[in-house]
Amino acid sequence: MRRSSWFNSAVAWAVYALLYAPIAIVVVFSFNAARAGMEWQGATLDWYRRLFVNEQVQSALKVSLIVAVTSTAMAAVLGTTLALALEKHMRRGREWVNGLLAVPVFVPDIVLAVALLLFFGLMRDWFKVFELGLTTIIAGHVTFQIPFVAMVVRARLAGMDPALDEAARDLGATSWQVFRHVTLPLLMPGIVAGAMLAFTLSLDDFVVSFFSGGPGSTTLPVYIYSSVKRGVTPEIHALSTLLMAVSVIATVVAMMLQRRDVR
Amino acid sequence: MHTAAQRQDKGWWFGVPGIGWLGMFLVLPLLAIFAVSFLTRGEYGGYGLPVTIENYRRLAGWGELGFDPLYPVILGRSLALGFGTAVLCFLLAVPLTFFVAGLNERRRLVALTLVMVPFWTNLLVRTYAWQLLLGPGSGLSEAASTVGFIDAGEGLYPSWFAVAVGMVADFLPFFALPLYASVEKLDWTLAEAAADLGANRWQVFRHAVWPQIRPGAVAGFILVFLPATGQFVIPDLLGGAKTALLGNAIQQQFGQSRDWPFGSAMACVGLVIMGVGLFLQRWLNRPKEVAP
Repeated sequence: MRRSSWFNSAVAWAVYALLYAPIAIVVVFSFNAARAGMEWQGATLDWYRRLFVNEQVQSALKVSLIVAVTSTAMAAVLGTTLALALEKHMRRGREWVNGLLAVPVFVPDIVLAVALLLFFGLMRDWFKVFELGLTTIIAGHVTFQIPFVAMVVRARLAGMDPALDEAARDLGATSWQVFRHVTLPLLMPGIVAGAMLAFTLSLDDFVVSFFSGGPGSTTLPVYIYSSVKRGVTPEIHALSTLLMAVSVIATVVAMMLQRRDVR
Repeated sequence: MHTAAQRQDKGWWFGVPGIGWLGMFLVLPLLAIFAVSFLTRGEYGGYGLPVTIENYRRLAGWGELGFDPLYPVILGRSLALGFGTAVLCFLLAVPLTFFVAGLNERRRLVALTLVMVPFWTNLLVRTYAWQLLLGPGSGLSEAASTVGFIDAGEGLYPSWFAVAVGMVADFLPFFALPLYASVEKLDWTLAEAAADLGANRWQVFRHAVWPQIRPGAVAGFILVFLPATGQFVIPDLLGGAKTALLGNAIQQQFGQSRDWPFGSAMACVGLVIMGVGLFLQRWLNRPKEVAP
């Protein structure tokens, strides 16, 4: 048994093909002049141009951005405060909170989605709140984003030197000053990285948005899903390509931020 | 000097908003489906009394006309799909992670990033792309009909094969990343020592390599198996109408069939599977007192 063998390399290349073939075909066909079929009929930007005048796409884009920005901001605050509490302040009950944070990561999307659907229905019947729409989608997204933000921020906190906090304290800083001028600036790359991941999770979510949405709150993935059910058009390839590009850029930035050392 | 005990206390309320949010939008909804799974479907959808275990009986195969295997079969099929996906991912992830670990540091980072990037692109998009890649008339379908795997003019999609391809392509990164964490730390001197002592390739893997990568493999297996069992988009888009699975069945009960209590019971089964899976992972990866 050796570290590297031709067999391992062959399988690895096959895996990369498996991972990238679907992405490649969508990107390539978004530039294909052919309206239908698998034949290459020359390059065009027409499908991208059409996106900008397609009202349904515009409205889905608006909904997706509102949802992603709002939910990410909320999850960044909730996830960061939770991470701080867990790493620095809590001693009892940590196991329970860790378990709670594992649930949204491991629970099948569909189970979370129908549980929220049912819950929002109950709230509507009893308290006349949570009409299905933007609010309910945002609430659902924040729920699955919190563990990811908390995870990234905790990793950063764990790598931080506690001596820095103590030095500030010894120099007479109050708890708030320590937090504001020492902990928070050091934590910032972690918070931004966590927020970027949360943003792509929200932007790409289909199942929760599909169940928690109402008329008029169609997100981009929900729009893509209904289009795929009707038959894929090159415009959908163009839209998908843009969506993937945004996710990839956000993720790469997040990973670069995470790799930065805690100085 | 502040000890942990001193730093404790006052700041604990920092956790309150986050825990409160998860309590409201995670714990309460899950309790709600648990409660509703014991109720009865109303005449026009919805739910009401009486309290009953009828939904679970139906899931277990008690039909109105005696034994009805429909739902046990759906459940078994979903578990089999999750298990099969995890096994296939394992078989591909081991050579992949060994390949990556054998690269120099620069290339290793690139190779790992390349495994992760697709995971962050839209699942729906990657899935419908397989409709194109495997559909009738695609290069892969024609190649498959040439070797007699399918009839001429047919497509590899929709089929179980297409579902399997879509599942493995989607879940592989979930397996590869935790497995890589173990493979990276692998102590190769043990493998070399075993080989020097006359162990064959299989024995080296089984006794010198496997015990070292087992924690990563268990974590990867659970990370794939759990979400794969409840996957809804991939079977929906690649399986055609024939492939009823837990995820689609839940969707159907909350959609067209409007039987929320029965759908809730299915969702609760999904939760139980998750609980058992997480427990198994903790148990299998528990810290050992003595090395085997």
